Amino acid sequence: MVEKTVQDINQKIKDGSVHVVTAEQMTDIVDELGPEDAAREVDVVTTGTFGAMCSSGAFLNFGHSDPPIKMQRVWLNDVEAYGGIAAVDAYIGATQISESRGMEYGGGHVIEDLVARKSVHIRAVADGTDCYPRKNIETEITIDDLNQAIMLNPRNAYQRYNVATNSSDRTLYTYMDTLLPNYGNATYSGAGVLSPLYNDPDFETIGTGSKIFLCGAPGYIIGEGTQHEPQNDLATIMVTGNLKEMNREFLRGAAFHGYGATLYVGLGIPIPVLNENIAKKTGISDADIITNVLDYSSPRRLRPTLRKVSYEELKSGMIELDGKEVRTSPLSSFFMARKVASTLKHWIEQGNFMLSQPMEKLPTDTLFGPMKQTKETPLVKDVMSRKMITIRQGKSVEDAAKLIMKGQSTHLPVTSEDDRLIGIITAWDISKAVAQGKYDKLDRTMTRRVITATLDEPIDVTARKLEKHNISALPVIDKDGKVIGMITSDDISRLIAKRNGCSFQAPLEEKR
Amino acid sequence: MKIFLRFAPEINQEPHISEVILETGAKLNINRASVDAVSGEVVVDVPDEKLNEVIKLFRSRGVEVSILEHPVILDEDECINCGACISVCYVRALSFKDDWSIALDEKRCNQCGACITACPHGALEFS
Ligand code: SF4
Ligand code: SF4
Repeated sequence: MVEKTVQDINQKIKDGSVHVVTAEQMTDIVDELGPEDAAREVDVVTTGTFGAMCSSGAFLNFGHSDPPIKMQRVWLNDVEAYGGIAAVDAYIGATQISESRGMEYGGGHVIEDLVARKSVHIRAVADGTDCYPRKNIETEITIDDLNQAIMLNPRNAYQRYNVATNSSDRTLYTYMDTLLPNYGNATYSGAGVLSPLYNDPDFETIGTGSKIFLCGAPGYIIGEGTQHEPQNDLATIMVTGNLKEMNREFLRGAAFHGYGATLYVGLGIPIPVLNENIAKKTGISDADIITNVLDYSSPRRLRPTLRKVSYEELKSGMIELDGKEVRTSPLSSFFMARKVASTLKHWIEQGNFMLSQPMEKLPTDTLFGPMKQTKETPLVKDVMSRKMITIRQGKSVEDAAKLIMKGQSTHLPVTSEDDRLIGIITAWDISKAVAQGKYDKLDRTMTRRVITATLDEPIDVTARKLEKHNISALPVIDKDGKVIGMITSDDISRLIAKRNGCSFQAPLEEKR
Repeated sequence: MKIFLRFAPEINQEPHISEVILETGAKLNINRASVDAVSGEVVVDVPDEKLNEVIKLFRSRGVEVSILEHPVILDEDECINCGACISVCYVRALSFKDDWSIALDEKRCNQCGACITACPHGALEFS
């Protein structure tokens, strides 16, 4: 039996006799020596991850201007920070996007620019009060001009993450990056064998108060992260550290095309090997860590799981889906995760980093529930019109034009003999065909790749389709592919006018 | 070797590529093409031994030719070696080295731009 305490290990760190290995090395050591000897041999296992962690940000204290202002709304490089805390404090969140540059620059980039000691433009507005008369201010600052810059990330270091792929016939741009059509690729995140929380899944050594590596500086765990769901191996932690001491190498602003900004965070946790049980757990390998492959073509909260897969398979660069070989891309950097773990190892070996005993354990039994929605989301079937005109394949463009004139609908679904949807023709298609002088057969003029809606689809999803493809009406089809109605942007706008007060946004989905 | 051809609008409608193939007998492989009313841009793979001949002939026909030596540029200061770019590249020009840093095989690249869109750090751009 091996039994060590954090104090014993700290003593070894002080006298320089501590034995530290990375979680990747520990896998081999446990494999070779077995957990008991591994626990005798190794004192600390360092972990590391370097990935997009949207739920990150920093509290900034600007100091008072003269005359003073109570900054109600504040922007850094045109990215709004939350100003509803005292007069000159603000919280800059990683995913907030720039008002002038849009999705390509956001809070994550502002944080990186601050850490890189670049000059950042500050703009703030206020109503003005007797004690804070000033109404607006503009200035240029660097991180050294701030009284404090404290990183505080509500949800970091997901224990593992889902794999994303796309069964639809269109490319999707998501927070899991570009997903090519027809299972063209799969993307994943997380450091696998180096994952901090997977190396101590029962939180025997990790808890509130644990000292960690955060973006190149020492930091602390301050409790469970939001969406902490250890029951499904989706534990997270809330962490803090001094932004002024951080290093750009371990912190990067990033933007996913079509999704927006985020922050890449480098985070490592040292795990004291107190006994053989802990040694055994830190011996975990990529093959032991299993995650789910989800189809992101579903815009709903619960996406279908296609299969389970291990990090070992993911890291091989190829997984099998539906009998097809699909190439994988990590979004987090394993190269950098290794660097985090080895830098932390070095700090400990040099005596520059002591381990701390957590004050409180993280909960191991929590689950993450969906949002309670008190207003029902209307579905397509509540809004669509069932009265619609369709045209059979084989008819002419002229027939279609006549029907459009008669029916006063600009979109005409084209159906096969058994009512199945095979295309769509619009007034615009007809005008184009006439202008080009090619308008005999319907088959040649219609669009075959029709975007459709289904009966039970929430209209927010339909609205997003209309907006994304810049169209004004969609045929509604049943599960056999038969056309049963039409839904138009007018139908949806009318409903929104009625819903009045309910904000109209992209559907809720689980975001990192 | 890959070359990048740009056709000005005035000569856009002529069958330059076919005629260069017929005249030189070179087996040209079109990797990527975007042609519209205003201009044409085509990436062509040319067998090395015919390269000079083919380039000369295209130029004599008024086509702008440049050799695609560095079709995309990887900025090592911005790259964090995440690998997000790997699976979107259909010609497999991007891959991991043994140490999990990223390798770009310029010879394979067709300048399609998919990796540039996929890179979250703006580390890739056209030359
Ligand atoms: S541009 Fe990028 S994705 Fe396209 S072929 Fe070249 S390396 Fe591959
Ligand atoms: S996606 Fe960009 S940052 Fe990531 S490895 Fe490729 S080039 Fe580097």
